[in-house]
Amino acid sequence: MKRFRGFVIKEFYHIFRDYRTLLILFGMPAVQLMLFGYVLTNEIKDAKIAIYDPSKDVVTRKISDKILSSGYFILERNLRSVTEIDPVFRQGDVKLALIYEPGFAQKLEKTGTARIQIIGDASDPNTANMLVNYASGIISNYLVSMNSEQVPLQIIPEVRMMYNGELKGVYMFVPGLMAMLLMLISALMTSLSITREKELGTMELLLVSPMKPWQIIVGKVFPYVFLAFADACIILVLGNLVFGMPILGSIFLLLLESFLYICMALSLGILISSITNSQQVAMMISLVVLMLPTILLSGFIFPVENMPMIMQVLCHFMPPKYYIIIIKSIMLQGNGIGYVWRETLILMAFTAIFLGISIKKFNVRLT
Amino acid sequence: MTPAASVHVEQLTKRFGETLALDNISFDVSRGELFGFIGPDGAGKTTLFRILTTLLLATTGTCSVEGFDVVKDYKKIRNIAGYMPGKFSLYQDLTVEENLNFFATIFGTTIRENYHLVREIYQQIEPFKNRKAGKLSGGMKQKLALSCAMIHKPDVLFLDEPTTGVDAVSRLEFWEMLKRLKEAGITILVSTPYMDEASLCDRVALMQNGHIMTISTPREVIRNYPLSLLSVKAGDIYNLLGELRKYPGVHSVYAFGQTAHVSFRNREVEKDILSGFLKKNKHESVEIMPIEATIEDCFMELMNNNH
Repeated sequence: MKRFRGFVIKEFYHIFRDYRTLLILFGMPAVQLMLFGYVLTNEIKDAKIAIYDPSKDVVTRKISDKILSSGYFILERNLRSVTEIDPVFRQGDVKLALIYEPGFAQKLEKTGTARIQIIGDASDPNTANMLVNYASGIISNYLVSMNSEQVPLQIIPEVRMMYNGELKGVYMFVPGLMAMLLMLISALMTSLSITREKELGTMELLLVSPMKPWQIIVGKVFPYVFLAFADACIILVLGNLVFGMPILGSIFLLLLESFLYICMALSLGILISSITNSQQVAMMISLVVLMLPTILLSGFIFPVENMPMIMQVLCHFMPPKYYIIIIKSIMLQGNGIGYVWRETLILMAFTAIFLGISIKKFNVRLT
Repeated sequence: MTPAASVHVEQLTKRFGETLALDNISFDVSRGELFGFIGPDGAGKTTLFRILTTLLLATTGTCSVEGFDVVKDYKKIRNIAGYMPGKFSLYQDLTVEENLNFFATIFGTTIRENYHLVREIYQQIEPFKNRKAGKLSGGMKQKLALSCAMIHKPDVLFLDEPTTGVDAVSRLEFWEMLKRLKEAGITILVSTPYMDEASLCDRVALMQNGHIMTISTPREVIRNYPLSLLSVKAGDIYNLLGELRKYPGVHSVYAFGQTAHVSFRNREVEKDILSGFLKKNKHESVEIMPIEATIEDCFMELMNNNH
């Protein structure tokens, strides 16, 4: 045990003397959180729109008012003719255009229908889609309120987004960021620190000592459990304080699941370092084989349901996906272990498999 | 196997794919012996040391260290062997003291417990004990590495090229330390590319291309040199070498710094005739002296015979 303690102490020396890495380790979560929170947001706020309203009657004004007072849109320009639509989009500021047909209120009164055209700038399809949905939602809301006295037979599906009623981005990116950063710190850092010993030749000395292989491995990853855990806490606290990310479920369970995920990522890091002898290769594997799939295939940025079948199958093999499901369920729905035991078991299975392979592959000699 | 053998190697062969790194090597090292492996880069010294320290597996053949088989009992050997790799392999971001402390700890001992073993070496670097290992000079690095390899009181010490890249003064000091360790009863296997260090060993094995060409005491190696040798000095060393090679009866000519070592097959060489020959070829200030062979001369000769 004394040997093991000495080994861990040495490992902490390495970490705390490498200021740059340390700065990255603890600066990264904050910076990433701010980036995702303020810059890369796909929430809609103050989108610029143009309106062409040839009739200028009570109804069109009311609709325009409703739209502009929603907080999602601001008026960039009132168009004087339909021909202006194209140039205004080309300028690039305007994301959405509303075009009322002439004599809007009259037609609505006489025939019961009036047409309104919503044009979105689909050079950014996601935003365009959302803007159009928001705008049409506001319009149909208005129609409902107008018709309230004389209810026509109409089925209006009312969509309610549960748990994230305002479709806030934080709810998505805080869990995603945790999955990504914990993976990065745990897998990348451990695989680097183990391969560094191989490159420096110190692994040779460790092997020619009475240290047992598991002591070397566990001693190397032990400090990173703490670092990753500290990072998880930083993200949770910042997410909660700055972006109002709720934690409805048990914090204890949340931390426990994070701990499990960290262990999974660490064993993945050990596995990487057992198949390569150079830091560079370890870094490439970690970044390309771990980071990209974590970002792309875990449902962090792109919804898994929209992917082609083969990608969806691939997603099942991405451990971060399960972690994201778990922590979202705990944080947003306040669920207990009863709801996430399946995902928890899957993470445990991943950990066991990675560890099993690494122990099998760990060489008591040089290769 | 002789009863006192500390290291026993029998018909050891190691292949890396197509290349033959060690070719059917056998030798014994007695307990408390200072045994040197002399040979240029690529002779197979490092591979041999790695096999003996249980880091590599031999292709064929058997080895044992202190009676423990390097394959079956590798864990036991890892308790009793001290190893200093050829490449400086300590933690550069740890201080001198932290490095030593770390290696003491992982072998289950402390600096205080075995301080007497490393005192002489460690005292020289102790003034710098708070300096990072990466910031030490070459000689100090080697001293620290030796201290770290020694701190757990090994029975057998494997030193792979400990003096490579170290200045002449530090090299001498280093060998002085090895002598004292030997007196403490530790078996020491040391490899070096420097021929002049051979005379400091009890016995040496001259290695080349995975072969051991000879195993003997340094004195014996020199005594077995079959040729007569002259040291020739002249102003123009480059042309001197060429002309000496043309001289009848010359076996080999090698440059040793500013002199040429010329060997003759027949033992009787007329110094004056050779001198006249050189003067006739317009060499000035010619000095010719019969000399005793050095280990390097012996090495060259053995190498020629093997080819």
